[in-house]
Amino acid sequence: MRLPKKRKKMSDQYEVLGKSDTRSGFGDGLHELGKMNPNVVALCADLIGSLKMQKFIKESPERFFQVGIAEANMMSIAAGLTIGGKIPYTGTFANFSTGRVYDQIRQSIAYSHKNVKICASHAGVTLGEDGATHQILEDIGMMKMLPGMKVVVPCDYTQTKLATIAISKFDGPCYLRFGRPKVPIFTKDDQDFEIGKAQVLTEGNDVTIIACGHLVWKSIEACRILKEKGITAEVINMHTIKPLDEEAILKSIKKTNCVVTAEEHQKYGGLGSSVAQVLTEKYLVPQEFVAVNDSFGESGTPEELMTKYGINTENIVAAVEKVLKRKTISIPQ
Amino acid sequence: MPSTEELKNIATQVRRDIVRMVHAVNSGHPGGSLGCTEFFVALYFEVMKHDPAFNMDAIGEDVFFLSNGHISPVFYSVLARSGYFEVSELATFRKLNSRLQGHPATHEGLPGVRIASGSLGQGLSVAVGAALSKKLNNDDRLVYSLHGDGELQEGQNWEAIMFAAHHKVDNLIATVDWNGQQIDGSTENVMSLGDLPAKWKAFGWEVLELEEGNNIEAVIAMLAKAKTMTGKGSPIVILMKTDMGSGVDFMSGTHEWHGKAPNDEQLEVALAQLTETLGDY
Repeated sequence: MRLPKKRKKMSDQYEVLGKSDTRSGFGDGLHELGKMNPNVVALCADLIGSLKMQKFIKESPERFFQVGIAEANMMSIAAGLTIGGKIPYTGTFANFSTGRVYDQIRQSIAYSHKNVKICASHAGVTLGEDGATHQILEDIGMMKMLPGMKVVVPCDYTQTKLATIAISKFDGPCYLRFGRPKVPIFTKDDQDFEIGKAQVLTEGNDVTIIACGHLVWKSIEACRILKEKGITAEVINMHTIKPLDEEAILKSIKKTNCVVTAEEHQKYGGLGSSVAQVLTEKYLVPQEFVAVNDSFGESGTPEELMTKYGINTENIVAAVEKVLKRKTISIPQ
Repeated sequence: MPSTEELKNIATQVRRDIVRMVHAVNSGHPGGSLGCTEFFVALYFEVMKHDPAFNMDAIGEDVFFLSNGHISPVFYSVLARSGYFEVSELATFRKLNSRLQGHPATHEGLPGVRIASGSLGQGLSVAVGAALSKKLNNDDRLVYSLHGDGELQEGQNWEAIMFAAHHKVDNLIATVDWNGQQIDGSTENVMSLGDLPAKWKAFGWEVLELEEGNNIEAVIAMLAKAKTMTGKGSPIVILMKTDMGSGVDFMSGTHEWHGKAPNDEQLEVALAQLTETLGDY
């Protein structure tokens, strides 16, 4: 969409700077981090290429452990490696990083408060053609329920790189979720990125859109379409689902009085439900959910799947229009 | 180093602690605890270099992981008796606000415990990870672990066994409590383990068999032998035959006391067989 220069607003500041997959952001971040911190070690369950871990392995072969197709073993080995001060990064698909190994994570990592960074690629339907066996849409929910577990879902290549490095700076378990397809890069290396601190990407007065992961760029696209319709949207990049930046949510919704959440995840248990909890406890406004509605995915291209499962740009626009209508009903606080 | 007589006295007191602890809360797992008493006493009072001041990272120390966490009574008693915390704290076992959880945990900060265990099959992987950490740190101390024989039915063990051989984790001595019993009966009936030594050997481990797992001198000798085999490219396992419930006649040799506490009368009978040597908590 081309807009005349004089109309340039915040939403237009986000240009496509390039295209890459968020998993490459992880691979490059891990490589950089490995050079900076000798305690960082990495493990992988037979998916080195998919997780883009080659650069780290080339740089520090002695700090890499190939585990083979044995994810449960990988999680518990990672827990053991922390004893002696190592900071293990585990790499496999999101499905095999969570559901397959939930008990190992629960007992050996979360309950034992081990400094393991669980790095999960190919999350959600945008994994694409491999189909529903591999497209996990429940992982954010599973991981955010574990006491003490941080959950981080960065939005593009650059942010994933920064997040990979940032999660090494605190002591404790963390789930880092990213994806397979090449998507627009729109955040910069010098961005203000802090775990647990939401980024307000565009300022608006009519509606708050809170998104994570691949849905952040889709929200910016939606914001531009809404602008054409005379609706100003405040897009918040909620890259950290846990701990959730409640302050940023409340600040925005007290201005807009309605919210749309957007995520590549089940409606039950994801970002949207975390936001809804804040609304019911602190400040009640109407919310619409852009998320997968109690369904498994299927084979297809990422774009086709996002459309079929209702998590594409047009779904965000429709959700905004719906929530704006609901906004007219006043809710006593 | 304590004499054999002293070690035996410690073992007897540990057995008293075990039956008293489970009796006090009418729950817990005395059978496996009693069966592994000599192993724990040997490790903590003779074999391992360890510091009761407790540091999680254990740089320059030997470390031990209990994978079959339900035998926490023997673990707690030996930790207390070797100075990790006051023996009086054993009285809090399984009670509200205690650091001595039903299954060992790090969450309450109990000194001596480095990982939670109880959900079975994870401890060997954890021990492998800690052994890799020692190698990365150029720390030549060893990692010890204990596993139930029934626990080997959990598939994750075999992932770890494969990994340890492939990656030459030769600073690890795993021990299996080969008592042939599990909750529902004998391992033979519940899920046969088959030719256990052959299985470990086929996966590339050095396999040692100990017939007398309740003879403290035999346990110490076997651990010493295992130690001489470290650093040679292979992980080491000791398949240790024990008598579940050892030391208390009516608990001995049966799975009945896997997870059952004695009543008042049974406690008296048990304690009559176990002389108070170091003073009860």
